[in-house]
Amino acid sequence: MHNILIMHNLENISSQVRRDIIRMVSDVQSGHPGGSLGCADFFTALYFDILRYKPDQFTMDGFGEDLFFLSNGHVSAAWYSILAHAGFFEVKELATFRKMGTRLQGHPCTHDGLPGIRMASGSLGQGISVGIGAALSKKMNSDDKLVYVLTGDGELQEGQIWEAALFAASHKVDNLIITVDYNKKQIDGPTDSVISLGDLHAKWEAFGWQVYEMNGNIIPDILSTMKTAGENTGKGKPIVILMHTEMGMGVDFMMGTHKWHGSAPNAEQTERALSQLAETLGDY
Amino acid sequence: MTPYKIQDQKETRAGFGAALLELGKKNPKVVALTADLCESLRMDAFAHAYPERFIQVGISEANMISIAAGMTIGGQIPFTGTFANFSTGRVYDQIRQSVAYSTKNVKICASHAGLTLGEDGATHQILEDIGLMKMLPNMTVIVPCDYNQTFLATQAIANYNGPVYLRFGRPKMPNFTRLEEAFVIGKAQILKEGTDVSIFACGHLVWPALEAANTLQENGINAEVINIHTIKPLDIQAIIQSVQKTGCVVTAEEHERNGGLGDSIAQVLGMHFPAPIEMIAVNDSFGESGKPMELLTKYGLDTPHIVEAAMKSIGRKK
Repeated sequence: MHNILIMHNLENISSQVRRDIIRMVSDVQSGHPGGSLGCADFFTALYFDILRYKPDQFTMDGFGEDLFFLSNGHVSAAWYSILAHAGFFEVKELATFRKMGTRLQGHPCTHDGLPGIRMASGSLGQGISVGIGAALSKKMNSDDKLVYVLTGDGELQEGQIWEAALFAASHKVDNLIITVDYNKKQIDGPTDSVISLGDLHAKWEAFGWQVYEMNGNIIPDILSTMKTAGENTGKGKPIVILMHTEMGMGVDFMMGTHKWHGSAPNAEQTERALSQLAETLGDY
Repeated sequence: MTPYKIQDQKETRAGFGAALLELGKKNPKVVALTADLCESLRMDAFAHAYPERFIQVGISEANMISIAAGMTIGGQIPFTGTFANFSTGRVYDQIRQSVAYSTKNVKICASHAGLTLGEDGATHQILEDIGLMKMLPNMTVIVPCDYNQTFLATQAIANYNGPVYLRFGRPKMPNFTRLEEAFVIGKAQILKEGTDVSIFACGHLVWPALEAANTLQENGINAEVINIHTIKPLDIQAIIQSVQKTGCVVTAEEHERNGGLGDSIAQVLGMHFPAPIEMIAVNDSFGESGKPMELLTKYGLDTPHIVEAAMKSIGRKK
């Protein structure tokens, strides 16, 4: 059990993650706060309850550990924050986000050796395929741990996603749990007005996947759904969870719009945002 | 005259397939993936012998490259097999992000490269793949010259840790190198020593380069022939040493002039030892349908054109 959990509940941790996101993005006046805020509860639940891993002994191969891949790499601020609080590196390193020489590149990468990251992402649509590869590798190694992937919803417009969807069902990749951040917004506007995704639940089912849905901003719902998903691995089907989230969750003026997908708050907006997010673990 | 003789006519892709089968026996970490071109890539023997390590991805090359990158996590050594066109241009972004930038131990094995793919025509005859791949940081680019060398190169890349692009072809071509010869990644292979002109060649153009050297010899010209089977990292020292001796250069390859072997050699000469250079390559053009040898002749990638280029390069020496 993480030491942080002795003192704090998961909601406290996600509040600090949201503060970190705002402060990191504001500091360099660049980044993607909207999706990062929306995923903060998911990352918290994943790293502080669901995943089985050894943050102080990170290895690229991750033998005997659950693996996580981020496909929508632009929500890197949220991932970096949770990795730091989970113990992969020091929290103070968050201050280097997107600055020259940092290991916390704008989009995640392995190039600079940041513990916790096993694949670069940012160019969209590739993470599910990567997760499939890692899941196949685990099976070949008789490693019974699982592979998790987070993907965006706008990202599902990439053709490679559906190549991967066909493959995983056809090859019965059943040690894989994909979560779709279903906030229904993307950089150019609401997903329905850019390219409608239609009935996503029916689409994944038609592709042969086991489909769950959850509210990605209610931690108990995330925990129970992820646990159900975990219990249903090994049954011949890949698993996808449609995770309903609110882009910008936790900051009132960032919610209900796609405007904060890829833009940073100014000083006054930063102050307003931080006033709505409790500092629970201490700012970096 | 060169000490090399044609032993038989064989496909370079068959050398790949035979070596892959060997690797299956020797190295349990070697896995093979294809995008619906198992037999064309001569991977069927491996697929039959090691079905648990063979993955049919279907016609989805982007998915194949990213799956291969993911499989390296946990220590597998994935060999992907499809045509050179679909191994590079079609999946450039996947290779760039998940293989090269992420430094994954993926072996991208590409058949049917260049004009000698033949009748299928320009849609499939990629002539830009060496350039695409050599531009990527961390990528090693290897173009073996015949069956035997493709056999050796395929085994060598399994023992090298890092991204590799291995390029070979479709038709039966002269098999003339020896399996006893060491294949060292990044080390140029001097096939014939000479003093009057350096001919640097790769892939299917290495045998015509040796033939050209024989023709030149009959005319009293002593050409050096060097097989640059590794385009990247380039054996700069071997190139400079040769040109210091000969003073002029011909390059020969089944690829666009832009971005190919000749372009890499020209960079070395320009930076280290300026000398006349003539390039045997396709000049800013797509290919077309035809028989492999007919096409090589039509596009000037054959022995007579190498001889002519050598004479021209020698004539430009000061």
